[in-house]
Amino acid sequence: MFLLCLGISITVWFTLLFVFIIMPAVLGVSFGIRSFYMRTLLKIFEWATLRMELGAKEKNQELYKPYTNGIIAKEPPSSLQQEIQELRGSANSLRSEPEFEMADIFYFCRRGVESIVDDEVTKRFSAQELKSWNLLTRSNYNFRHISLRLTVLWGLGILIRYGVLLPLRVTLAVTGICLLLRGGVTVVLYVFRLRSYLSEKVHLMCYRICVRALTAIITYHNRENKPKNGGICVANHTTPIDVIILANDGCYSLVGQVHGGLMGMVQRAMVKSSSHIWFERSEVKDRHLVAKRLGDHVADKTKQPILVFPEGTCINNTSVMMFKKGSFEIGCTVYPVAIKYDPRFGDAFWNSSKFGMVSYLLRMMSSWAIVCSVWYLPPMNREVKEGEDAVQFANRVKAAIAAQGGLVDLIWDGGLKRAKVKDVFKEEQQKLYSKVLVGDSEDQMEDKRSEDGTPEGDESSKDPAEGQ
Amino acid sequence: MGSSSSNMDHIPDAQHLMQETGFSAAHLVRLYERFDFLDKDDRGELRLDDFEAVSELAMNPIGDRIIRAFFSPGRETVDFPSFVRILAHFRPTDTNRTRNGRNGAQPEPANSRTNKLKFAFQLYDQDRDGKISREELLQVLRAMLEMQVTEEQLQSIAERAIQEADLDLDDTISFDEFKKSLEKVDIEHKMSIRFLE
Repeated sequence: MFLLCLGISITVWFTLLFVFIIMPAVLGVSFGIRSFYMRTLLKIFEWATLRMELGAKEKNQELYKPYTNGIIAKEPPSSLQQEIQELRGSANSLRSEPEFEMADIFYFCRRGVESIVDDEVTKRFSAQELKSWNLLTRSNYNFRHISLRLTVLWGLGILIRYGVLLPLRVTLAVTGICLLLRGGVTVVLYVFRLRSYLSEKVHLMCYRICVRALTAIITYHNRENKPKNGGICVANHTTPIDVIILANDGCYSLVGQVHGGLMGMVQRAMVKSSSHIWFERSEVKDRHLVAKRLGDHVADKTKQPILVFPEGTCINNTSVMMFKKGSFEIGCTVYPVAIKYDPRFGDAFWNSSKFGMVSYLLRMMSSWAIVCSVWYLPPMNREVKEGEDAVQFANRVKAAIAAQGGLVDLIWDGGLKRAKVKDVFKEEQQKLYSKVLVGDSEDQMEDKRSEDGTPEGDESSKDPAEGQ
Repeated sequence: MGSSSSNMDHIPDAQHLMQETGFSAAHLVRLYERFDFLDKDDRGELRLDDFEAVSELAMNPIGDRIIRAFFSPGRETVDFPSFVRILAHFRPTDTNRTRNGRNGAQPEPANSRTNKLKFAFQLYDQDRDGKISREELLQVLRAMLEMQVTEEQLQSIAERAIQEADLDLDDTISFDEFKKSLEKVDIEHKMSIRFLE
């Protein structure tokens, strides 16, 4: 009797799965279930936060609200020269020859302590904080203010997420990956002419299933700017899931290192259906080889656009860090894409120092959903005529992506996650400071030499190298 | 970021710290979050490498001096109260508080003008003998300029600076001479960090 019930429920379960999720994925239609789900969740979160605030007020305590704008008020960045002039200006208004002042140290001291309290870089490598609670333990800071009702809701949330959503998603993911692996084989069997058309269809279908496996609710903007063959698509990097998000809407050739194990199998299978560029570990260091292979790929107009993440590492989606110039040197059209995740439903950022791949995927699959927006920006080309080099081009693209996605545009290298700052930055600071001191005392020498007693005008107008 | 941090209960001696430093409860909680964040191995105290991980600090020419200022002499770790006490120096001066008479019982607040000056003085005076010697001044100049100037230029800059500030002509700068040479500088503003409410 029990076995019969079990059998029936499993059948029902799979039928529902098939009808509502897999078939639409295959055909590319949508029932609108996910947007409904999203709106309901939002309402519940707002209610939850309200309850917590009420609870806190009753106890007459403060609710901990993460300051998403930082702890300290950072004055608008003025140059080192300006600040030091100001420091001295308050001390010596009569003096016309700037030299070293004991007060100069205050500038560096304050900047140093400011960066200890709140710096721009280190906070980009950990998950961002939320303004309201989304019923996940992992983002809760106000344990004490949870009333009974909220606790019940939270418990219900856990049941739903781990009992219903997680198994559902795992099933889907497995289905999707199997299809991906098999898809390659199936396509080979078909007539060569139809091969690319079919492989595209299979590819899209698999990714759509994977997207549903994560309950990813994606909004694509400006699809008329979608990357075309013979170009490179660059995007900001937050998580390996970025690939699935983008590949859901178009076919790309991926670039990366050859892995072993399951990943390696997936990589080999993918190559059967479309051309991807996988590098051996040793080849990665050889920049010319990399550039050549990429160049050959884009030159061939029948091949799909390459997908590249120039930051080189995962950043927490509040900022865009330095783009590595390699992909910008190739000289083809660049299609920038901005991806912005909505952290309220589940933070997609992969903190690789904290979580391995498997625990990360489990966390993703037990969140409420992954909601993101993708903007396709108009294609850009390097302005060779105006002497723009690869680095400047990369920065221009980065600025465009940051502006569209509402992210902070940083010059810092994402590699700082693991490595230390290069001395070159410190030298720059020293250079700027020395200009304030020595640059001006050189003018002093000139004054003494000319020696005609008449004041020659401002020190600052003399030195053309001074100033930005 | 975990679910267990940032509650006043986790902060040792919170009330006392608030009185001593003048930080509000909200500020203290936020600073504790930051302390926790910098403390990558969850040791409950900070070490040298935790500070060195802050990239913007690494590019500051006197970054290592500032870091050392957090460590009491002889100690190799910084606990939360020490962390907050040093940061208290950088609170904006409460003008009404300092003007309200010195009854001998009340110690000067950490962010008074004199205490800010003392902090800056210690950045120069590394051996803490109460005087800035010519050599110590040269060391600071070297840190701030390194390869951008020649050794002679460094020497002459140091020479000029000592001549100006050294009033009793003992070839070192004492704290009082330091204070005097900076009397017209707007320290309250320049050595303050505005903490958001």
